[in-house]
Amino acid sequence: MDLSLSPEQREIRKLAREFAEREVKPRAETIDHSGEFPRDLIDKAARLGLLGILVPEAYGGAGLDHVSFAIFVEEVARFCASTAVILDVHNSVGTEPIVLFGSEEQKRRWLPDVAQGKKLAAFALTEPEAGSDAAHLKTTATRRDGGYLLNGSKIFITNAGEAGLYVVMAATKPGSGADGITAFLVGGDNPGLHVGPKFKKMGLNGSAIAEVYLENCAVDESDRLGDEGQGFRIAMRALDSGRIGISAQAVGLAQGAFDDAVAYARERKQFGKPIAELQTIQNKIADMAVKIRAARWMTWKAAALCDAGLPFTKEASMAKLFATDATMDITLDALQVFGGYGYLEEYPMARRVRDAKACQIYEGTNQVQRVVIARELERA
Amino acid sequence: MDFALNDEQRQIREMVHDICLERVEPRAAQIDESGEFPWDIKELFAKHDILAIPFTPEYGGVSGNALTLIVAVEEISKFCTTSSLILSVQSLGSLPIWLAGSEAQKRKYLPPLARGEQLAAFALTEPGSGSDAGGMRTRAIKRGDTYVMNGSKTFITGGSVADTIVVFARTDQNGDAPARDISAFIVEKTMPGFKVGKLEKKMGIRGSPTAQLFFEDLAVPAANRLGHDGEGFKLAMQVLDHSRPGIAAQALGIAEGAFDLARRYARDRRQFGKPINEFQGIQFMLADMATQIEAARALTYAAADALDHHLPDISLSSAMAKLFASDTAMRVTTDAVQILGGYGYLRDFPAERMMRDAKITQIYEGTNEIQRLVIAREVLKEKA
Repeated sequence: MDLSLSPEQREIRKLAREFAEREVKPRAETIDHSGEFPRDLIDKAARLGLLGILVPEAYGGAGLDHVSFAIFVEEVARFCASTAVILDVHNSVGTEPIVLFGSEEQKRRWLPDVAQGKKLAAFALTEPEAGSDAAHLKTTATRRDGGYLLNGSKIFITNAGEAGLYVVMAATKPGSGADGITAFLVGGDNPGLHVGPKFKKMGLNGSAIAEVYLENCAVDESDRLGDEGQGFRIAMRALDSGRIGISAQAVGLAQGAFDDAVAYARERKQFGKPIAELQTIQNKIADMAVKIRAARWMTWKAAALCDAGLPFTKEASMAKLFATDATMDITLDALQVFGGYGYLEEYPMARRVRDAKACQIYEGTNQVQRVVIARELERA
Repeated sequence: MDFALNDEQRQIREMVHDICLERVEPRAAQIDESGEFPWDIKELFAKHDILAIPFTPEYGGVSGNALTLIVAVEEISKFCTTSSLILSVQSLGSLPIWLAGSEAQKRKYLPPLARGEQLAAFALTEPGSGSDAGGMRTRAIKRGDTYVMNGSKTFITGGSVADTIVVFARTDQNGDAPARDISAFIVEKTMPGFKVGKLEKKMGIRGSPTAQLFFEDLAVPAANRLGHDGEGFKLAMQVLDHSRPGIAAQALGIAEGAFDLARRYARDRRQFGKPINEFQGIQFMLADMATQIEAARALTYAAADALDHHLPDISLSSAMAKLFASDTAMRVTTDAVQILGGYGYLRDFPAERMMRDAKITQIYEGTNEIQRLVIAREVLKEKA
């Protein structure tokens, strides 16, 4: 057992922390209140090489491991969960399917642009009637000369409208369930791809989430990722490491809330002493600290297993479930430590509660995580 | 970053598992029912060098690695918590000697403990001072080359079967501040004036004797004092930092044992025409139990790893592991009883015993309320 970070991992933490504190922190409140997409932060992250974390160096990326990826997402999420999820989705589910399943030609065509941030990536699986039940997609891919025509609609697509690349799952054999699904790489400039208006949400206001419509969207044979029928497997593998990213996002959100709550508790005086000296506040601090540490170890363990080429589906689901549930509790408790001030939007505590809720829902609701875990346990 | 156990740890886990499956599991219900100390299990552990795991080879042991010990305690606890305490207390009672003993003290006391010929115990708690250990009243007054000890200790795990007991007492040498007035002594059960009082009747860990100890003009040679006069309080806190991951491991093992039982039961038990593990109500309980166990394991192993690598925040990581793993054990064993339904409530199945055993892990070596104080103090110190 070696639980220390490698020099590379410490380096990315330092870089990500500086980026988060210098660039992200001052922008977070405005992003939340205006609902603007933080293109400026994405561009700055791109210049630091943070948009190709998992992309091999041969294709212009940083070629780092998943522990580094988790560290990076956590650091950004400490200050702004919107920015974190944009970068998380781009680096994991948006990019990794090409790294893992792409042909040499596809890698050369897409990865350098993606890694340099010239194209932001999105992952289009969910549909209005196929959320967690992703094997029953209604979007179809029909063969035509030299390629396919995609038709259907996707919903809850993070980075929709901002992305230059969409990894789209469609049924090449409708009605065949998981075996009939195929993955495609669709450019954001494809005339058959349309994006609906950005949804108004409870939180993650800076993250663009919208519907994506595919209307006779023509793609070439060479835009098919993997074989026909391999799409479901590609999607599930993408989601496994996507869950590492969401866990890391949750850990960062929780850590940010915790840091603010502790700082506030040390300064806020009631009954003649800082509230940090009251046991009821100390108990909250202790419980928050324990859950954050457990969640971080679980996230890093799933990431380390992934990096070692070992199975990590169960561990990633456990990390996602635990970290996001913990983060909901922690952001609420941290707001409570602030009392009435926590409820005001001029402090970041309410925003973190609103942002945390999404973590329990996306990349598979926590109910679906329990289904995955129960299934994996029975396999053991 | 690598979360895998090394070869030594894997081999010891496998060996302990096999022995416990064959010899300990069949005895667990009897041990609980009779409430008697399982001398046969102690001999079994001695024979297979399981009691030698906490000790380094130079003192007759086989490991001395914190994580290896944690893995062994976890494995035994899956089958029988009382039996795991034989190993845990051997470690707890010898830790003060290991941490603060002179070379001569180590050479004299550790090898017989490593061989399992003798048993150790750790005597800190008193009737009037539990978590507030600084308030202890046992005194050891220096007279020439000996200290004359008077007082009593309570809740001493293994106190009635131990040969070597590390006792903490005030020495009235450096004023009455606990941090400077308390010293630790190695007491042998054969020393005149050492008396064992009544054994407590308990909710769980019933085969592990919890004793009152009395010291009546007990003469302890000055050579048996650990470290300098007045260093006892600091030593006690240091010992607890080292031993709390062991309680976490015990709690983790109890939770894993209960989870495994519940999972197997849910696979076999049929209602409404199918196994109950095909109902989401049960599946989600099992998923939550497994996830909590995974979190507890991460914290526990990380705490042991921190000890092995002498990381600076062991008070924090040990308290976190103890708190989280013991709360997990309580929840998971309660849910395991629930999954077994009416059968879970019966003595015929081990689930209810595991639940009774789990409760103590939230209480001893510092209640979980004390762990929260330790954690909050460390966090606030860190952020100062």
